[in-house]
Amino acid sequence: MAPRSLLDKVWDAHTVRELPSGQTQLFIGLHLIHEVTSPQAFAALRESGLRVRHPHLTFATVDHIIPTDSQSRPLSDPMAEAMLVELERNTEKSGIRFFGPQSGHQGIVHVIGPELGLTQPGMTIACGDSHTSTHGAFGAVAFGIGTSQVRDVLATQCLAVARPKVRRIEVTGKLAGGVYAKDVILTVIRRLGVKGGIGYAYEYAGAAIEAMTLEERMTVCNMSIEGGARVGYVNPDDATFAYLRGRELAPRGAAFERAVAWWRSMASDRGAAYADRVSYDGAGIGPTVTFGINPGQALGVDERIPRLSEVADEERPALAEALAFMGLRAGDPIAGAKIDVAFIGSCTNGRISDLREAARVARRGKVAPGVRTFVVPGSQAVQRQAEAEGLPEIFRSAGFDWREPGCSMCLAMNPDRLVGRELCASSSNRNFKGRQGSPTGRTLLMSPAMVAAAAIHGRVVDVREVL
Amino acid sequence: MGGEPVRRVSGCGCVLRGDDIDTDRIIPARYLRAITFDGLGEFAFIDDRKQAKGNHPLDDDRFRGASILIVGRNFGCGSSREHAPQALARAGFRAFVGESFAEIFFGNCVALGLPAVTLPRAELVRLMESVELDPRQELVLDLARGTLASRAGTQSVTLPDGARRQLLEGSYDATAVLLEAGDAIEATAERLPYVGGFAR
Repeated sequence: MAPRSLLDKVWDAHTVRELPSGQTQLFIGLHLIHEVTSPQAFAALRESGLRVRHPHLTFATVDHIIPTDSQSRPLSDPMAEAMLVELERNTEKSGIRFFGPQSGHQGIVHVIGPELGLTQPGMTIACGDSHTSTHGAFGAVAFGIGTSQVRDVLATQCLAVARPKVRRIEVTGKLAGGVYAKDVILTVIRRLGVKGGIGYAYEYAGAAIEAMTLEERMTVCNMSIEGGARVGYVNPDDATFAYLRGRELAPRGAAFERAVAWWRSMASDRGAAYADRVSYDGAGIGPTVTFGINPGQALGVDERIPRLSEVADEERPALAEALAFMGLRAGDPIAGAKIDVAFIGSCTNGRISDLREAARVARRGKVAPGVRTFVVPGSQAVQRQAEAEGLPEIFRSAGFDWREPGCSMCLAMNPDRLVGRELCASSSNRNFKGRQGSPTGRTLLMSPAMVAAAAIHGRVVDVREVL
Repeated sequence: MGGEPVRRVSGCGCVLRGDDIDTDRIIPARYLRAITFDGLGEFAFIDDRKQAKGNHPLDDDRFRGASILIVGRNFGCGSSREHAPQALARAGFRAFVGESFAEIFFGNCVALGLPAVTLPRAELVRLMESVELDPRQELVLDLARGTLASRAGTQSVTLPDGARRQLLEGSYDATAVLLEAGDAIEATAERLPYVGGFAR
């Protein structure tokens, strides 16, 4: 057989049949659900008299609406409580395992899948959330779906989807100190654009990617969708298998050894054909910050905000809109921008290694007067690990607010939100207008270490000068 | 299940200029605090509209009652929330014409029987200008022919074959189609070693 990419191998293995529409009926090996995009899907299922076909392949948690000051019931927001109750009811009636606040495993859906060992190489994974691409870090084909498709998976364990093309993105060399996975993916999106990935799966490779831990690979794959690519993945390797060994819901013993052999066989073959290839020098990437209203509007922290005359004609309206909304001046450096809020967390950067890096910076100072802070672990497991390492004390003594796990201020569906035109240094994934809960609130995306540094200085600084 | 075939959408257009308009702007996250899609229509673009103080296309009297929303490049990027097309459908839109659409948004539209067709930039600009000049004109989107007729002429629109067939046949509500595979679903599962926990 001709050499194949991981995408093609996984796709072929999960193809139930080709549909008359030309799409594939793709079997979904792992379905993750949460409180926001599933209730209407369960309702549609009930209306059509259908049941959940494979309840043991779906897992649920509550993350978007959960408050981060207290998870005690009933939740302070009655609508949030109603959504949680609805999820409890739907999962219980269907026989779906639910990792709720009392389970000890609650957290952001894309954080708990991997940490429980549910996310494995070679799988197809779907979830009603665009950041499902995160799971591609393990060599799974994982993508976000809408609520009608959540219903499809519940009813049939399948989706009708078109096979994407594959673009191989190599990041060569070694990243410099103070440069993180977040800077790599922001750079990729900046170069390829926010719509460059439409129709593509991104295969990340090269020495800089291979040297990354699984948590770092998750950060990269997580933001594939911000580049327009619904799927992003890294081929599984020994680091992947080492991460999975001993995880609660991963295979054990002889089954684990059989799993490793299969997982290894699913990696892209040498000589596989790609629809496109690009390569970037990892050593040339510096700490990166967004300045606009989409994640492609990014800069090196030592660069200046572009002038309208410096960009292509077709980029000008978007740049003008971004500058007007952000209140930033073309030609100014992004370093020095005064911040009001600092948010460390999210499915992009809410894992233990992110908190460790932020704590390293937090040790070196105190939060600047007037800056509100949120440090939100991605899951209860991350929270426990952070507590075991003494991270909450480090954050608290530096003046940071240490919170309970959830999505929090990434999208502000819970009480954590910006007020008015506040400017937020954020380790999350989207700087869209109004994303962090205030219609006029403004977001600068950056790595967790950069956020911690900005909190301490009260303005955007180059973390390399702080470390 | 399956839905009514969608062969033709006609009505007035509404021109919403701008690229990379994300689903948070179409429907901000705070309106996702609900367990149904009911009542979302009035909140479509709510924050943009407030900031535009009545000057937003969705509040423009000239475009009142429009059924075709004309947008720019990469419309519907970001969050997978189906609340975005649900809100726009409830605000009266039954089709979208743009330079390009984000993938998840596009899939959500098809699942709801809402065509999202594309035109090259120059053609799109011609259409936008024509509708802005004469907003009460009737646009006719014909999916079988792959055309959009307006005072700007009859333009060829692009819609991927799969989506086009699903809309024309009324098979866009995928659950029924997927169920037809029957036992082939479980046969596929049996071939995947992980579904059985790598027991053999």
